[in-house]
Amino acid sequence: MHNRKYTKATQHTISLLTILLSAAACFFVKEIIGYRIVAFVLLMAVSILAMLFDILPVLIAAVLSALIWNFFFIPPIFTFHIDNTEDLLMFSLYFIVALVNAVLTFKIRKAEKKARDKEEKENTIKLYNTLLNSLSHELRTPIATILSAVDTLKENSKKLSITNQIELLNQIDIASIRLNTQVENLLNMSRLETGLLKINVQWCDINELINLIIQKIDLPQNKKIIFIENDTLPICKIDSGLMEQALQNIISNAILYTPLNTIINIEVDINENNLSILIADNGNGIAQKYIHQIFEKFYRLPNSKTGGTGLGLSIVKGFIEAHKGTIEVKNILPTGLLFTINIPVETSYINNLKNE
Amino acid sequence: MNKAEILIIDDEPQIRKLLEITLESNDYTVWQAETGKEGIIVAANHPPELIILDIGLPDKSGHEVLKELRTWYNKSIIILSVLNNEKDIVQALDNGATDYLTKPFRNAELLARIRSAIRRNETPNNENKIVCNDLEIDLIARTVKKNNEILKLTSTEYNLLSLFAKNEGRVLTHQFILKEIWGVGAQTETQYSRVFVGTLRKKIEQNPNQPKHIITESGVGYRFE
Repeated sequence: MHNRKYTKATQHTISLLTILLSAAACFFVKEIIGYRIVAFVLLMAVSILAMLFDILPVLIAAVLSALIWNFFFIPPIFTFHIDNTEDLLMFSLYFIVALVNAVLTFKIRKAEKKARDKEEKENTIKLYNTLLNSLSHELRTPIATILSAVDTLKENSKKLSITNQIELLNQIDIASIRLNTQVENLLNMSRLETGLLKINVQWCDINELINLIIQKIDLPQNKKIIFIENDTLPICKIDSGLMEQALQNIISNAILYTPLNTIINIEVDINENNLSILIADNGNGIAQKYIHQIFEKFYRLPNSKTGGTGLGLSIVKGFIEAHKGTIEVKNILPTGLLFTINIPVETSYINNLKNE
Repeated sequence: MNKAEILIIDDEPQIRKLLEITLESNDYTVWQAETGKEGIIVAANHPPELIILDIGLPDKSGHEVLKELRTWYNKSIIILSVLNNEKDIVQALDNGATDYLTKPFRNAELLARIRSAIRRNETPNNENKIVCNDLEIDLIARTVKKNNEILKLTSTEYNLLSLFAKNEGRVLTHQFILKEIWGVGAQTETQYSRVFVGTLRKKIEQNPNQPKHIITESGVGYRFE
């Protein structure tokens, strides 16, 4: 077992100092408490050290304290000689108890750590299983669709009506796009997980970015996005690639998981180097008891429709946090969900730039 | 019938096969190479109208192939790669790639990029007038007309627009734009291009929120169409 909190040198120093200081303190009061009580005080010091440190410094402290007790406290003092049989017995017992104490405490701590590790490992396995289940579903369904549609097209093309052929091709199309989205999510997640994600901030016109996202998004006829540009905003420094993906994830969720005729409202503002983005929908919101879990990895709301891995919003959170920003979610009145993003940014009005 | 020759340099046989079928069915002649070395030899023997180049090649990186090709090859090169990080894209564009597209891609998008890249080859550089849909740029008189009406542009806006127009269909990185318009040393002032593209769009675009002429390539630069 290796102690992570303290280096070896610190452990040795602290344990030596503890024993020396305890012994010194006892030396001044030994007339009052008696030299045998000193043994208990030293033993206590060794026990406390055993709870904190590795085995070697504790064993050294145990041996050292035994010798100190013998030399400075057991009469005749200032010698290692012991006159009295009773004291000799006490000294031997002290020696044994201190060592046993050190070894036992060490063993207990080792067992505890093993149990902790095991629990951690079990949690990881649990998480991994959730991941595998949702992944295998999310990846295999589109692959199954593609393979089966291709088989049918290859083998029965003569018997298929043109309508059905087109339908199969459409299914392949949809499945491939779905597969691509999931792979993209997984790649982003692994970038976040491995800590390899590096943000690359550059000047960005936030109005332009949001317009670009809205332009790219596949909006069904029965839903609407309202974004009124705020012309007075300065440009600000963000990683536009990451922010594009983050905002796109939130907006596509707002489109996917809301009833017909939902309106999505986007507002941006920059105030004293703080970029705030509000994305609200007038859908049904989320049951209050689940709302705080929606940013968790692999979390999906109960009864949500198929076609997601529960990674989208956790990626959003990761990307926003990579900007040292925050994201919050709450239900709003009368109905709907509101995401609030705040990111500290460098801004520039470049008023001094001449347009001529 | 355009029969323009396109050289594909890509080590993935599947991608080559698909491109071959797609491009031939669109009346292009397709040549193929699976390594960078082979690609350079094929291109040198018979310079094609357009090269489609992958970055992840087995023998040498596409960036090196691009640099080597650019020492003598002047026509369009489109990068087609799975790498979608801005660093690789900007590096390729700065090394002289005309355009880039990341895998997976849709055919319609690829064909549109190929058409505009080949059109670029055919446009002589010494033209006095550039016409692009509703825009007409007179490089001698330094005037811009939109639907036959003269636009009031500032000198910087005009310079920016003519830079874009001379590079129609090509992705211009922010760094390139800064160097061309504001000169060496201004490359750190990356906010300039954002601001002036904004003011320019308000003047030349039908709907500045959904630009059709100056298209943003997130984190990379702009493309003029």
